[in-house]
Amino acid sequence: MIFFDNVSKVYPVRSRPQTQALEFSHGADNEVSAALLGVTIRIQPEEFVSIVGHSGAGKSTLLKLLIAEDTPSEGRIFLDNEEITALSGRELPRIRRKIGAIFQDYRLLPGKTAYENVSFALEAAGCPDEEINESVPEVLEIVGLLDKMHNFPHELSGGERQRVAIARALVNQPDVIMADEPTGNLDPVNTWEIVRLLERINELGRTVVLATHDKHIVDHLGRRVITLEKGRVIRDEEKGMYHL
Amino acid sequence: MFLTSLKRVIKSAWLSFRRNGLLSTATIVMFGLTLFVIGGLLLLSVVASSILADLEDKIDISLYFVPGADEEDILRIKNELAASEEVKTVTYLSQEETLRVFTERHKDDEAVIASLAEFEGENPLGASLNIRAQNPDQLASVAQFLAKRDYDSVDKINYFENATVIERLAAVVSTVRSLGLVLVLVLSFVAVLVAFNTVRLAIYTAREEINIMKLVGASNWFVRGPFLVTGVIHGSLSGAIVSTAFFPIVWLASPKISFFIPEVDLFGYFTSNFFEFLFIMSAIGIGLGVLSSTIAVRKYLKV
Ligand SMILES: Nc1ncnc2c1ncn2[C@@H]1O[C@H](COP(=O)(O)OP(=O)(O)O)[C@@H](O)[C@H]1O
Ligand SMILES: [Mg+2]
Repeated sequence: MIFFDNVSKVYPVRSRPQTQALEFSHGADNEVSAALLGVTIRIQPEEFVSIVGHSGAGKSTLLKLLIAEDTPSEGRIFLDNEEITALSGRELPRIRRKIGAIFQDYRLLPGKTAYENVSFALEAAGCPDEEINESVPEVLEIVGLLDKMHNFPHELSGGERQRVAIARALVNQPDVIMADEPTGNLDPVNTWEIVRLLERINELGRTVVLATHDKHIVDHLGRRVITLEKGRVIRDEEKGMYHL
Repeated sequence: MFLTSLKRVIKSAWLSFRRNGLLSTATIVMFGLTLFVIGGLLLLSVVASSILADLEDKIDISLYFVPGADEEDILRIKNELAASEEVKTVTYLSQEETLRVFTERHKDDEAVIASLAEFEGENPLGASLNIRAQNPDQLASVAQFLAKRDYDSVDKINYFENATVIERLAAVVSTVRSLGLVLVLVLSFVAVLVAFNTVRLAIYTAREEINIMKLVGASNWFVRGPFLVTGVIHGSLSGAIVSTAFFPIVWLASPKISFFIPEVDLFGYFTSNFFEFLFIMSAIGIGLGVLSSTIAVRKYLKV
């Protein structure tokens, strides 16, 4: 279970002089430029949740806080009753292995082959070699990339790269998969392949948190939709549609 | 677990070393230049200090006794001097030895030779003590100490005639020493900075990868490890290459140095200390590689 408890994230504003420090408030009409403001969300296991909103609404920030790439200015975040926001740097790798992360720009390691990119996640987790030799081809098969597993990222198409990234996210068998606009750089055919993969992953029992601003995807999914606007949750519907 | 990780770290470092051929080569070249400067300074300082030691050895005081002075008296003074902290060695020269050394020293001075000849084979000189200080600067105070004691049997202390020459020579020696040290430090510092910046640049290009590794659950050590191992590879390789490159250079330079300073046999010194040299070069290279990697990676591990 994922729980965002009244989470806010304010970035220091560089352009303004420091004397005009950011005012921090949850008041309705207060003009505050914050990435997230008072966000409280509870996501149950095996849910498929879409986070939608215009560009700059705070979707990426939300996911960044979930894998502790950044820390919230206020509030707490829990994963399975463990407070992520209270963990020390030493404990972060362990919690990150419970969350498979997928990004719009793939974020593959350019110097490693598809196979090595996937196996890296297991190596970092300290898995024994036999397990790695078994699991990596398995997940590469799921994403349909067995034939290109010895290619480097620059030798793969966008869709193929994203499938490597998904394989890497899956290989640790995490409870949660988070995807930040995973289809943002893909053509329609590849987009639907990725969406179908995410649906399949969810059917296999993983929680999926998908940030997107693609109306077609959201409407097609017909699952829970959380709408963000200027850092606030303005709508949270089971079986929602994309309307802004 | 630890061994598995270590094995993976080394394998990963080796792979990236091989795949980043250009970057590896560039880093090794920069490290090589750094080590070349440091190694060159090291060899130069060997030459310089053997010249200086040679010079220092020539700076001494001779204490001439009157002919026929009591030998026991002389030995008592000798022991007294040897006990002093500032004195390195005291050598006793008998009357004959004193004459031989004196003649040798003044063989180009016709007036001295002529006046010696007037004695028609008789030895006008007494025995003498030859005193070397730990540090040439201290000779003056040894000379003053001797002058103050005003031994009856002492004919003459040759320091005071040569005082200015000796003092000047001592000053030159100590100036060369400290200037050389400053030069070595400054040049080494610059060379180290160059190597460090090469590593920093290489790791800067990898900052996004470091971020990715952290996000997929790698610990700091698992990310840092390959960079450190790569540092070891770069350092030891460049150390070995530079040490080997010094062979022909020293071989060519050695005869020219020996021509001016016959006491110095640089090539002989180099070949007999080659493994020590190789060890020092590789150790500096590895230390430099590991240290600069550690510092450069640290900044990007904060995620
Ligand atoms: N590192 C950062 N420094 C300053 N402001 C940031 C940073 N990251 C995001 N923001 C700001 O936070 C807001 C939300 O950004 P983001 O979460 O990326 O939106 P989305 O993913 O929904 O497009 C934006 O206004 C953005 O400019
Ligand atoms: Mg975004």
